[in-house]
Amino acid sequence: MGGGFDFAVLIRNAPFLWGGMVLTLQLTALAVTGGLALGLVLAVLRLSRIPFAPALVAGYVNFLRSMPLILAIFWFYTLIPKLTGQSVSSFYSVLIAFILFEAAYYSEIIRAGISSVRRGQIAAALALGLSNAQAMRYVVLPQAIRNMIPVLLTQSIVMLQDTSLVYVVGLRDFLTTADIVAGRDSRPVELYMFVALTFLVVCFSASRLVNRLRRRYAL
Amino acid sequence: MIELKNVSKWYGEFRVLDDCSMRIAKGEVVVICGPSGSGKSTLIKCMNGLEPFTRGEVTIDGISVGAPDTQLPRLRARIGMVFQNFELFPHMSAAANINLAQLKVLGRDRATAQAKTDELLARMGLADHATKFPAQLSGGQQQRVAIARALAMDPIAMLFDEPTSALDPEMITEVLDVMVGLADEGMTMAVVTHEMGFARKVAHRVVFMDEGAIIEDASTAAFFGTPRSERAQQFLSKILQH
Amino acid sequence: MGSYRWNWPILLADPYYGWIVSGFGNTCLIAVLAWSIAFPLGSAIGIARTTELRPLRLVGTIYVEVFRNIPLLAQMFLWYFVVPELLPQDWGHWVKRDMPYPQFLTSVLCLGLYTASRVAEQVRSGLEAIPRGQHHAGLAMGLTPAQVYRYVRLPVAYRIIIPSLTSDFLGVFKNSSLALTIGVLELTSQARQIEEYTFAAFEAFATATLLYCAVTGIVILAMRQVERRTRIPGTIAIGAQ
Repeated sequence: MGGGFDFAVLIRNAPFLWGGMVLTLQLTALAVTGGLALGLVLAVLRLSRIPFAPALVAGYVNFLRSMPLILAIFWFYTLIPKLTGQSVSSFYSVLIAFILFEAAYYSEIIRAGISSVRRGQIAAALALGLSNAQAMRYVVLPQAIRNMIPVLLTQSIVMLQDTSLVYVVGLRDFLTTADIVAGRDSRPVELYMFVALTFLVVCFSASRLVNRLRRRYAL
Repeated sequence: MIELKNVSKWYGEFRVLDDCSMRIAKGEVVVICGPSGSGKSTLIKCMNGLEPFTRGEVTIDGISVGAPDTQLPRLRARIGMVFQNFELFPHMSAAANINLAQLKVLGRDRATAQAKTDELLARMGLADHATKFPAQLSGGQQQRVAIARALAMDPIAMLFDEPTSALDPEMITEVLDVMVGLADEGMTMAVVTHEMGFARKVAHRVVFMDEGAIIEDASTAAFFGTPRSERAQQFLSKILQH
Repeated sequence: MGSYRWNWPILLADPYYGWIVSGFGNTCLIAVLAWSIAFPLGSAIGIARTTELRPLRLVGTIYVEVFRNIPLLAQMFLWYFVVPELLPQDWGHWVKRDMPYPQFLTSVLCLGLYTASRVAEQVRSGLEAIPRGQHHAGLAMGLTPAQVYRYVRLPVAYRIIIPSLTSDFLGVFKNSSLALTIGVLELTSQARQIEEYTFAAFEAFATATLLYCAVTGIVILAMRQVERRTRIPGTIAIGAQ
């Protein structure tokens, strides 16, 4: 390593690194969307009275939450091609892992948000003559959503950071592209610091924003 | 014994205490009353330095509360305080609550502390409840434990911050009875309360506050007889209405 | 998956059985060692953030924000590849050449410092959940601020956060899998290695998964016991997740 810092390496490789950043953002966006959708379904099932559904969902959630995300990535990366008999791009196998994994976390947040509304509120709504659905629509959900949105957003920031784990299957996200450049140009210090600082700035600003939201809409 | 000179306190622009002066002599019982938000609780918390104040001077037995070189813990150990929400420590039994500061602040040995605790619990009529935890006691019982906890330090004066406001009506008397007993023994007391019956019965003086200022400071007879300020009259007529 | 050829016995064959055992051992060891950094350090930082002293609060806030806003994997690379370069030359040489078990110790340090930021947030929220009046009551009876922490606030705060501390411990246990990226042969990487050597992917991953689930289950049950034992009479336990 040739003494001193060489930050020009970042500029020379900017397009390559940007490509990695785009993949990170795409993966995050798709995983958040898919995870939220599946998480909502899971939360509703968990709170429903459909036979076995709550227990099954609880089992699913606890199972995935006991497993490291890296292991889940390996599971899907290795098994999806074997199960389907055809090669799936690593992007999709990883995306599926993220969606299934994050849905477990999102569903718990959504469930906690709905359960956090005091029972007295439902009683009061029913006492006014509102139907169950109306009580849900006008009384419970508006409060529940306010309670859970900041937590969902915080979890999504965690998710953004977690996408860096796709490194283990060689998918070229932001961290992996930086790692490739670091190895090729022997500049690990500059590259890893750049990645860390970029995430720090992005995630810190995002969590500041979430805090402001939380304060503005707090009940 | 307790003296406040021109005490003022601001939160930014908002003035919580406005040039308050008063003194409580040894053996005196002073009731502080006024509408909510008038600054009574803040004022009483200035007396042992729990609330910092912006300007003025508070002295206890000649020792300045606000001076930077004052050993506040040592000063506070000599002044008992009782809170609106009892503030017993939830993870300790009634006896452990009363023992704590005797052991950790006064440095009493365990046997001495425990003897004092037993004596006070008995005096409060709570001898059977020594090993119970706060959550297992009624509000009135908790507040009596809190009074015992303060008395265990052999205080030279007691501060009461709305000691009965959080209590169910049927429990107010048991706490007031203990306080009347203390007053009869000659304890120096400052009491923030709306219990005008208590004030009339034991207070030597009544201080009336509104909007952070002391509006009236009169002997009990004078206060209930002919309060001079209109605001005090309005206040009295409101709370004595029912 | 009709064409999949099951081969469970391979896991008991030499050397694969040994790989799983040593991987599992490493995972547990990393988790426990990292936790023994994270718990005291995180407690200190969490306490710092609730004091009246501005500089202390600031240091605590910066610590937490830095460690929780950088992906753990990037932190792992920073500790392993970057920090030795930035150290004074002698230290750098020592770390690179003479430090025993460099990958293992680096991952313990990295996970410990990261998890400390999470513990700090739990401790802070536990302390903040205690009504201010408790603090006042402690001071009013003559306790010093440090004594109020020791006897009044912390004993209650830790009880409140037992469930969240449990999930943070499980977090460090699961996150120990990141150590594989710098070459530590822990449970997940051993499973991966078995998969690469034997193609028994399902068997290897299932075994690893089962071990993770088993430890998680045991820890949760144990912590429920702890919670029950330390429960304050007359109150209701919240229950670990």
